[in-house]
Amino acid sequence: MNAAQGLKVERWTPLSAVATAGGVALLVALAFGPVLFGANALDNLTELYVYVILAAMWNALAGYAGLVSVGQQAFFGLGAYAAVQLTNHGVNVWLALALAGLAAGAISLPTSFFVLWLRGGEFAIGMWVVAEVFHLLVNLDHSVGGVTGTSLIALSSYDPVERRRYTYWLALASMAVLLAAVFVLLRSRLGASMQAIRDDEQAAGSVGVRVLRAKLVVFVLAAIGCGAAGAVWLAGQLTFQPNSYFSVQWTAYMLFMALVGGLGTFEGPIIGAVIFFAIQNQFGEEGVWYLVGLGTAAVVFALLLPRGLWGTVEDRFGIRLLPLGYRVRKLGGGRAPSTSPRVAAESELT
Amino acid sequence: MLRVEQLDAHHGLLHAVRRVSLEVADGETLALVGANGAGKTTLLRTIAGGHRASQGRILFDGVDVSSLPAHRRVRLGITLVPEGRRLFPEMTVEENLLVAGRGNGEWNLGRVYDTFPMLRPLRKKRAATLSGGEQQATAIARALMTNPRLLLIDEASLGLAPIAVERVYESLEAVVGGGTTVVLVEQDLGRALAVSSRVACMLEGRIVLEGAAAEITREQVVEAYFGLKRRNGKAVQQ
Amino acid sequence: MIWVNQVVQGILLGGYYALLATGLSLLFGVMRIINLAHGDLAVVGLFLLWWLHDQGLSVPAALAVMLPAMALAGILLQRVLLERSLRSGVLVPLLTTFGLAIVMQNLLFEKFGADIRSVDIGTFAYNGWKITDEIYVGHLPVVTFCVAVVLLGALQLFLSRAPIGRSMRATAQDPDTAELVGVNARAVYLVAAAIAVATAGLAGAFLGMRTTFDAYVGPTQLIYAFEAVVIGGLGSLWGTLFGGIVIGVAQTVGAQIKPQYSILAGHLVFLAVLGWRLVNGAIAARGGFRAALGLET
Repeated sequence: MNAAQGLKVERWTPLSAVATAGGVALLVALAFGPVLFGANALDNLTELYVYVILAAMWNALAGYAGLVSVGQQAFFGLGAYAAVQLTNHGVNVWLALALAGLAAGAISLPTSFFVLWLRGGEFAIGMWVVAEVFHLLVNLDHSVGGVTGTSLIALSSYDPVERRRYTYWLALASMAVLLAAVFVLLRSRLGASMQAIRDDEQAAGSVGVRVLRAKLVVFVLAAIGCGAAGAVWLAGQLTFQPNSYFSVQWTAYMLFMALVGGLGTFEGPIIGAVIFFAIQNQFGEEGVWYLVGLGTAAVVFALLLPRGLWGTVEDRFGIRLLPLGYRVRKLGGGRAPSTSPRVAAESELT
Repeated sequence: MLRVEQLDAHHGLLHAVRRVSLEVADGETLALVGANGAGKTTLLRTIAGGHRASQGRILFDGVDVSSLPAHRRVRLGITLVPEGRRLFPEMTVEENLLVAGRGNGEWNLGRVYDTFPMLRPLRKKRAATLSGGEQQATAIARALMTNPRLLLIDEASLGLAPIAVERVYESLEAVVGGGTTVVLVEQDLGRALAVSSRVACMLEGRIVLEGAAAEITREQVVEAYFGLKRRNGKAVQQ
Repeated sequence: MIWVNQVVQGILLGGYYALLATGLSLLFGVMRIINLAHGDLAVVGLFLLWWLHDQGLSVPAALAVMLPAMALAGILLQRVLLERSLRSGVLVPLLTTFGLAIVMQNLLFEKFGADIRSVDIGTFAYNGWKITDEIYVGHLPVVTFCVAVVLLGALQLFLSRAPIGRSMRATAQDPDTAELVGVNARAVYLVAAAIAVATAGLAGAFLGMRTTFDAYVGPTQLIYAFEAVVIGGLGSLWGTLFGGIVIGVAQTVGAQIKPQYSILAGHLVFLAVLGWRLVNGAIAARGGFRAALGLET
């Protein structure tokens, strides 16, 4: 590359500007949901928002930081647990639900001391052990009903229509904030660090990337996100049963969504969540065959389509919807040497 | 014995070996020289099967081995002593040797220890604890245990003290004397020319000079090495 | 004295965990893969044993059929799934084995339903020797422990003396160079996978004899196996026995304090060992706590 050739490095392209504006507009429009949609649709959307959050968080961990966690259900359950506990201690129920994510994030800090040093499969199962520990500890807590669980009684004092509305807005707001957080993270220097870590941790460390620091930020963010999701789920379900919230099933769902949608992309988890939501509603009643299908899909995608649906689209057509990478452009007409998508993609640093 | 035809090899987008054609006859010793990054290691690895060629053919005794995995090529008689020795660190010297062969061919433990006497007292020592020279000897000995007909040696003297290099080359002469065909990548031009019957020089993935060691002058090799061309009697960078 | 009995029971339980962990340890040592489906593979072997027994075979005969079948399953698993996963980086093996675990659990549930079962070995399940008034060792736990020790010993011997075992060690340390000296790495991996899955099946058999099971007990077994491997030191076979014993003793002693504490005790001990070991190592490697946390520039 020759400076004399007049090259420009830019982050926004016309397409990404449109896409980002469109995304924001969509979020704003969805805020009017309670006015536009009926009860059923609101419930469905709330469920979808939870899936999006979970998928985005798992993707941030695995797709960006290279941390495959089989234990995110730990924070999902802890979020719900925190909401119950806060409410039991007199905090307004909606405030408690809003703070639940932060509580989970707080707990993730000491947790990270045990697991964040682990790599690969060790981290995966280590997180699973952590989830089991939290599960067992919560089971021993009789103030939340132990194994049988309890309900968020404080919510039943609200009119169902109101409750549904607030739950919807809580879900939408959580999703918007968390997606924005991931977006900002990826655009920042930390985001570039994480990509480097994912590609080659040792090499990244050797050029001064604070590997542990970067991983910690993602770890805590993912904990906050999963905790918030757990709180929203609780608001929707009303009941808190540890066995269901701390089940490793949630990891299976997150893994499926992130993998099928596109690991390491921003849009992927959203697409994966939509697909999962659709499948869940169609086949959720089929019991075990549905789960077999999920597992098989995970295996097939991991082997044959590891970039997921969106990742493959991005690679094949060389498009980037959101301004998360860098583009090198020749000034004075035209693009860099080749117009073939593959080479264009390779001349981009993402 | 070995015929390489229009071989191409890449490291990702880097074109490391460009349309290389080469022939090595039975019993010859070919020295392959060139600057770092010229493609010598890649070429050797591709011949041995440790790297996949993008184009071209490798014929060994007339048989096309281009698509065979490395361990099959070893069975046929092509063995590589890789750059950096690459011993199995947690295994002893003897175990390293035994992995390569049980010693039921021409080469067995006894003959190996005779050729590399320094290794006999080190038999039970963990490979990671050996000195550079000892490791190099073990690496060559290990390759010999596979009873190779074509022995490829990558940078035998790299990182070794002069006296260690001396001993390695002494043993190497015994090997060469025994009739094994050898292709030797060597930074030390003097040694390379001294021990080999033919020389080839690589530059940026191509062979730019080739011929009998006796006929090629040192100056010619140096020029080819650095990509210099004679212009008006003076050597100039191309 | 009751505590001594608990410790003894814990040690014997450790034999089972070591048996369970052997396959996990082997696959990790040779291929650097953590097989998230390991526990479920043990359960598959167990269900196969149960089913054969149910069809009329004696338990020993069923075992004789199940073990080779599991070895074959291991080869299939390696060929179809793990081989490809290996080439694709660190993430993929975890994703595929996890997906596989989900598939296996639910297929087992589909075929065998929700009934809780165990393998009927008659009085062998609870007969034993009375050492003192407070200490009682059952036949089954002792046999399990002995089998674990014998298996680990045999495996250790295999790895150090047998040519294939040597090749396996070489491949584990440097697969590329192993190929270059004539080792067929692919074949080595197949053998490793066969041994790993067969031993998982064997452990599964002892699980079924020891206690009740259903289609979903796989994941918990995986966690115990993993804890044993990590405590004992990744890559060390005898360490796996040590790790198994630590977990076993933690669980039995924990159970004595309060039954619900049993499993939790095992996990907490694991986390404690993990935390202590990693913090120690990290502090040393990075020159102090503050440096490790990136608080120093």
